[in-house]
Amino acid sequence: MTEKRIRIVEKILSANDRLANENRRRIDEAGAYSINLMASPGAGKTSFILATIKGLLEEKVQIGVIEGDTAPVTIDSDKISAAGMPVVQINTGGECHLDAIMVENALDQLPLPTLDLLIVENVGNLICPAAFNLGTHSNILIASTPEGDDKPYKYPNIYRGLEVLIINKIDLLPYVNFDMDYFRQGVEMLNPGLQTFAVSCKSGEGIDAWLEWLKTKIRQS
Amino acid sequence: MHELSVTESVLEIACKHAEKAQAKKVTDIYLVIGNLSSIVDDSIQFYWNVISKDTLCENATLHFERIPAEMVCLECDTHYTLEDDLIPCPNCQSARIRVVSGDEFNLDSIEIQR
Repeated sequence: MTEKRIRIVEKILSANDRLANENRRRIDEAGAYSINLMASPGAGKTSFILATIKGLLEEKVQIGVIEGDTAPVTIDSDKISAAGMPVVQINTGGECHLDAIMVENALDQLPLPTLDLLIVENVGNLICPAAFNLGTHSNILIASTPEGDDKPYKYPNIYRGLEVLIINKIDLLPYVNFDMDYFRQGVEMLNPGLQTFAVSCKSGEGIDAWLEWLKTKIRQS
Repeated sequence: MHELSVTESVLEIACKHAEKAQAKKVTDIYLVIGNLSSIVDDSIQFYWNVISKDTLCENATLHFERIPAEMVCLECDTHYTLEDDLIPCPNCQSARIRVVSGDEFNLDSIEIQR
């Protein structure tokens, strides 16, 4: 019996990264722009998607949505269907995040070549989704003001991998303890110059600026 | 926490390389994990004991090498290590900082018997 040490030095999630690259190739081939939308439960992910669909109605943008949920409840996907967009629900069976293979399977069920925009709604969680690349063009986080201004300090990883930050529920700012300067300082330390939109999905405030940014990205893809 | 998915990946990579090297069994697995990754060692060990049964890696010992989270200030070039909290540069208080290390998440090596 001989003993031997073998050097490997392989990223533990390299298999996920490979699948994510393949997802990106397929999305690029379809000419769509794609978003991985993350947030804690209740931050307003589905409301934000609905506001985005509504805001793009006149532009005739074809939008596909992948809904990640830990349980087989179709509350969120029913709302998207009602808005007239193709939606695929992924039930993660208790898993706390989406990974590249789940998205790959969902892509098979969407009319991908006809889409201009693909929105993936990740599982409500600020830890696990940050570790799994899905292959989308941008990672977007919705932080809502009632969650508190300390979230960048407590969940640094998710802020570091973002292309865009949405601060939702700004209509509640007079009623909650949310120090915008303290929040933004945390974000700046983790992701300097991060593109940020402060919005209220309820009142519609700030949504136009987000839509302008998004339309530019869709035109470019 | 996503330790189950992570542990499954570790097992898959270790078994792949062990088979390639025609190992009879894997005795040790060395992981390098940066302190910025939200991974709990005990939790990986727990899943490991369950999922490595009846594989080449059964009873292999997991070794965790932890890499500190080191930051650099872009204003004054001070290097410093994060303990628990995210803090601005301790020298000039600037929030313009970057991560130097702490993101590592690798299977470094395995020890096998043939």
